[in-house]
Amino acid sequence: MWKWLTTLYHRLGSPKWFYQITGRWLPWFAISALVLLSVGLVWGLVYAPMDYQQGNSFRIIYLHVPSAILAQSIYVMMAIAGVVLLVWKMKMADVVAQSMAPIGAGMTFMALATGAIWGVPTWGTWWMWDARLTSMLILFFLYLGLIALREALKPQEVAAKACALLAIVGVINIPIIKYSVDWWYTLHQPATFTLTQKPAMPASMWLPLLIMVLGFYALLGWSVLLRARAEVLLRERKSGWVRETLEKK
Amino acid sequence: MSFDNLSDFLAMGGHGLYVWSSFALGLLILIGNVLLPWLKLKATRNQLQREYRRQANQNTPASASDT
Repeated sequence: MWKWLTTLYHRLGSPKWFYQITGRWLPWFAISALVLLSVGLVWGLVYAPMDYQQGNSFRIIYLHVPSAILAQSIYVMMAIAGVVLLVWKMKMADVVAQSMAPIGAGMTFMALATGAIWGVPTWGTWWMWDARLTSMLILFFLYLGLIALREALKPQEVAAKACALLAIVGVINIPIIKYSVDWWYTLHQPATFTLTQKPAMPASMWLPLLIMVLGFYALLGWSVLLRARAEVLLRERKSGWVRETLEKK
Repeated sequence: MSFDNLSDFLAMGGHGLYVWSSFALGLLILIGNVLLPWLKLKATRNQLQREYRRQANQNTPASASDT
């Protein structure tokens, strides 16, 4: 298992191998994303029972929770990619980190916006400067900062290192987001999914939510691979394999 | 099914505005996250192919002028 993992790691470090293997992975991510998201959306919108307190506005959970989970886990993945780049100098890690930043920003925006819309009928306000909401807003700015830093710095190697550092330092915000609902008084309800307890809602509500979360992850894979493949081609434009691959078509 | 008919479904028990604006925005972001990278990948491929063709033309000059 360990040997298999190290082989995979070394191969993924090769841009050519990365480009070829991701071309084969792409349709699987695409199909699972489309199937999971359509099932989850229809189930969540049409079949899941209405919440007895919140009514139908609770259905916003089927976008809010998956996007909030992705917003945080994408950031952690970017920080891990940053460590891989700084410690082992693996350049493909930077390609993946760069490709993830706009997706993370989009997910954070979706979590904030759907949360704000959901807040109006549920809390009577669309925004509160409480710990959970504020730390999510900081996460959004961290993503924008990472995108801007990448654009601002030249050459590419310097930008890569600076972004890796910012991603690693900013990861401190993730436990703050996670525990903000326990540490401070907040309007926000605690986590829906935990590893240790059964969800406090019936299966007819949380099953479609779980499907949506998986669908969001599949879409993340699809989106990251598309972006990373374009970036690999650009960065490796001078290598023979890129020319050969593109001239074949 | 939690709704009796289509208009019930659209009304979402009075919460239609919140539910539908959330889902419209969410779907837009999800679709954009696939569509934009896909267009970018296609554009990158085309751009590099043009570059390679231009270089190939420069490396084999005078093909039209000799003879």
